[in-house]
Amino acid sequence: MRRPQPRSRGPDAMVVEVGHYALVLALALSLVLTFIPAWGAHTRDSALMGVARPAAFAMLGFAALAFLALTIAYVDSDFSVLNVVQNSHSSKPLAYKISGVWSNHEGSMLLWVTILALFAGLVAWRGAHMPQRLLAYVLSVQGAIAAAFFLFILLTSNPFARVMPAPFEGEGLNPILQDPGLAIHPPLLYLGYVGFSVAFSFAVGALLEGRIDAVWARFVRPWTLLAWAFLTLGIAMGSYWAYYELGWGGWWFWDPVENASLMPWLAGTALIHSIVVMEKRDALKVWTILLSILAFSLSLIGTFLVRSGVLTSVHSFASDPTRGVFILGILIFFIGGGLTLFAWRAPVLRQGGLFAPISREGALVLNNLFLSAACAAVFIGTLYPLGLEALTGGKISVGAPFFEATFLPLTVPLLLLVPVGQSLAWKRGDLLGVAQRLAAAFALALAGAIVVFAVTRRGPVAAPLGIGLGLWLILGSASEIFNRSHRAGASLAVVLRRAAGLPRSAWGTALAHAGLGVTVIGIAATAWGVERLATMKAGESLDLGPYQVTLEAVVPRNGPDYRETAALLAIRDGDRLVGRVEPGKRTFTGRSMPTSEAGLLTVGLGQVYASVAEIEAGGSVGVRLYWKPWVLFIWLGAVVMAAGGVLSLSDRRARVGAPVRRAAPAAVPAE
Amino acid sequence: MRRWLLLALAALALLGSTPAFAVNPDEVLSDPKLEARARALSSELRCLVCQNQSIDDSDAPLARDLRLIVREKLKAGENETQIRTFLVDRYGEFVLLKPTFTPHTVLLWAGPFLVLLAGIGIVWANAKRRTSPTPVSPLTDEERVALDRLDQVG
Repeated sequence: MRRPQPRSRGPDAMVVEVGHYALVLALALSLVLTFIPAWGAHTRDSALMGVARPAAFAMLGFAALAFLALTIAYVDSDFSVLNVVQNSHSSKPLAYKISGVWSNHEGSMLLWVTILALFAGLVAWRGAHMPQRLLAYVLSVQGAIAAAFFLFILLTSNPFARVMPAPFEGEGLNPILQDPGLAIHPPLLYLGYVGFSVAFSFAVGALLEGRIDAVWARFVRPWTLLAWAFLTLGIAMGSYWAYYELGWGGWWFWDPVENASLMPWLAGTALIHSIVVMEKRDALKVWTILLSILAFSLSLIGTFLVRSGVLTSVHSFASDPTRGVFILGILIFFIGGGLTLFAWRAPVLRQGGLFAPISREGALVLNNLFLSAACAAVFIGTLYPLGLEALTGGKISVGAPFFEATFLPLTVPLLLLVPVGQSLAWKRGDLLGVAQRLAAAFALALAGAIVVFAVTRRGPVAAPLGIGLGLWLILGSASEIFNRSHRAGASLAVVLRRAAGLPRSAWGTALAHAGLGVTVIGIAATAWGVERLATMKAGESLDLGPYQVTLEAVVPRNGPDYRETAALLAIRDGDRLVGRVEPGKRTFTGRSMPTSEAGLLTVGLGQVYASVAEIEAGGSVGVRLYWKPWVLFIWLGAVVMAAGGVLSLSDRRARVGAPVRRAAPAAVPAE
Repeated sequence: MRRWLLLALAALALLGSTPAFAVNPDEVLSDPKLEARARALSSELRCLVCQNQSIDDSDAPLARDLRLIVREKLKAGENETQIRTFLVDRYGEFVLLKPTFTPHTVLLWAGPFLVLLAGIGIVWANAKRRTSPTPVSPLTDEERVALDRLDQVG
C-alpha cells in the first residue's frame, strides 16, 4: 500500500536517498583518504601515496552531491524531510529556500564538511608539484577531519532524516534569518574557519615528515591568506547583519558567538604574519607550526561553541549531551592530537634564523605577541564563565565592558606600531631612518586629529585620537609604497612606474593595513553618533544631528510572507528632502513573534538608522532614531583588508607551486 | 551566527508578548545628566534572562524592570556603587557584565596580560640563548675523512 504523499513527485523523490547515500560514500572515501596515503607516506610507497589526489577529488564529488541533494529538497519544498519541514515554508522566496539549507544545525554542518572537502580537493588540484610525501600527509589529515564530521552528521545530525506522515506545510524559517546578509554570512565564515584546516594539515604533515622549510611556508601562505580573507569578510558581514537586523544599531556585541569567530581571526592574522617571517628569514618555524594548529583549533572551538549549546547553559548541555559530547570528542582528538604531536615532534624541527630585535622580523614577533595576547583575552573572557560554573558552580558574566578593558590595551599599541614595523627593513632595521620616512605620515595624522578635535570641540577626546590612529595607519601604508617607489631626483612618471612594478604582496600589505585604518576611523566616529528616543504622532518632527525627521504616517502593509506596520519617516536637511526611511514591525506567516525591521538611509558614509519600538493606540509610535556619521567605514575597512589579502595572494611569489621544488639546498633535513 | 541569541530573543518574545524594545521613550529621565548616568550603568548590567545582553539593549520585561529600578534609585540620589551592590545582593555577581576583581576572577583579569608577559619572556630567553656563543662540536671521524677527500679532489 502506498503511503500518502502530499507532494508526491516523480523520480526526483529519490534525490534525498541519493544524497544520503552520497554522504555515506563520502565517509567511506574520507576513511580511504585518511589511512592509505598516510600509510604510503610512512612506508614511502609511491603507489599508495598516489591514492591521495583521486580520493580527495572523489570525496569532494560525493560531498557536493549530498549537499546538492539537500538543496534540491529545499527548493522543491520536500516536506517528507524533517529538516526541510523544520526550516522552510513553501511560500518562501527561492533565495531563502536555498539559504535555508544552512540556516540550521544539520544543514550548516553539511555545508561545513562540504567546504572541507572543497579545500581538500583544491589542495589536491594545486598540489601536483608538491613533494609527494607532504601532499600525502596533508590530504590524509584533511581526510581524517572530514571523516570525523561525516560521522558526526550521519550519527547525530542527519539532514536527510524523513518524517512520517509528511506534513502539508513547513514550519518556516526564523524570519530574522531571512535576509541577504545572513544568507551569505555562514558560507563566508565557514570558508574562513575551514580554510584554516589546510594550514593545520600542513602543520601536522610537516611534523609527521619531520621537516619544514621556507618552501613549506610558500605552499601554506596562499591557503592561509585565502582563509583569512574569507573570515574577514564573514565577520564583517555578520557584524553588519547584526547592526541592521537586531535593531539597536550596535555593530559588535562581544557576544560569545561573535567571539567564536574573532578568535580564529586573531590567530589567523598572527599566522599570516609569522609565515612571512618563515618564508623570508627561515625563522619562527616552530611557532608558525603551533599557530597553524591553534588557528584551526580555535575554528573548531568556534564551531563547538555555537553548535553544542554549551553557551546557553552548561546544564542544558549536560542534560542532552549527544551532539555536544561528539563535538567535544572531535575537539579533543584534533586539538589534543595536534598539540601532542607538536610537543613530541617540534624539538626535531631545526630552528633557524638569528635575528636582531630592530628589524622587520622583530616587529612581526611583536605583532604576534600582541595578537596572541588579544586572542587570549577573547578566549579567556568567553570561556571563563563556563569554566567557573563547571568547577565551582559560581555564575559570573563577562560582557562588553570586560573586553573593552582588556582587548583595547592589547590592540591599540599594536595598531600604533603597524606603520613602523611595515617600514623596517629585514635583518637589520634602522629606527632613525624609519622615523625620517614616516615623519610626514605621522605629522599629517596628528594634524588630522587636531583638526577634528578643533571642529568637534564638544565631543569626547578619545575620538579625535582614534581618527588620528586610523589616519596614521592609512598614511603609513601610503608612505611605505611611496618610499619604495621614490628615489631622489626621480620624475613622477618614474615613481609611478616603480610603484606599479612593486610586488603585489607589497601592495596587498599596504592595502590591508590601510583597511585596518579605515575600520579604526569608523569605530572612532561612532563617538559622534546621535541617538533619539521619542514617541511621535503623524506630522511631528524632531532634530537628529544635522537632520530633521518627520513622521509622515503609520501604515499597515503586506509582504510576500509577512504583515507589517510601517512608520514612514522623512529626513530633511533644512528644506531639502534627504530621503525617506520606513522602519516597521513585521509578523511573519507561521510566527507569532513580531520582528523589528530597521529603516536605513545612507548619506555619504554615514547612516540614518530608524527602528520602531512600539506601536501605540491612537496612531503614535515609539521610535529609536540614530545618526551614525561615517559608520560604513567600519565594514568598508574590512572589505579593503580582505581585498589586500586577495591582492597579496595573487602575488607571483605566492602562487601555489611557483618555486617548483628548488630541490634539496633550501630544505632542512631534521633527522 | 548569533542564532543562540536570536533563539533566546524569540523565546522571550513569545513569553512576554508585549513588544517592548530596549530603552523605551517613556522610561527616559527628564534630567539628561542623570539619564546619561543611567544609560552608562545599564550597559554594565546583565539582562538576567537573556543571552549576554545588557539591560540597556534588551527588550525583555525583566530588563525594563531593572532599568526602571536603576533610574528610580538614581533619582533618589543613590550612586552607582550603591545600586550595583543592591543588585548583586539581589541577583548575585551574575548581574555584572564587568566582573569585580575577586580571587575567583584573578585569572580572568590577569590572564591576557600574563600571556603577553609569558610571550615576552619566551622571546627574550630565546634571543639570549641564540646570541650566547654555542660551543662548536669537533669534527667526527667521518666528516674528517670526507673533508680529506674533498681536499684531495680540490
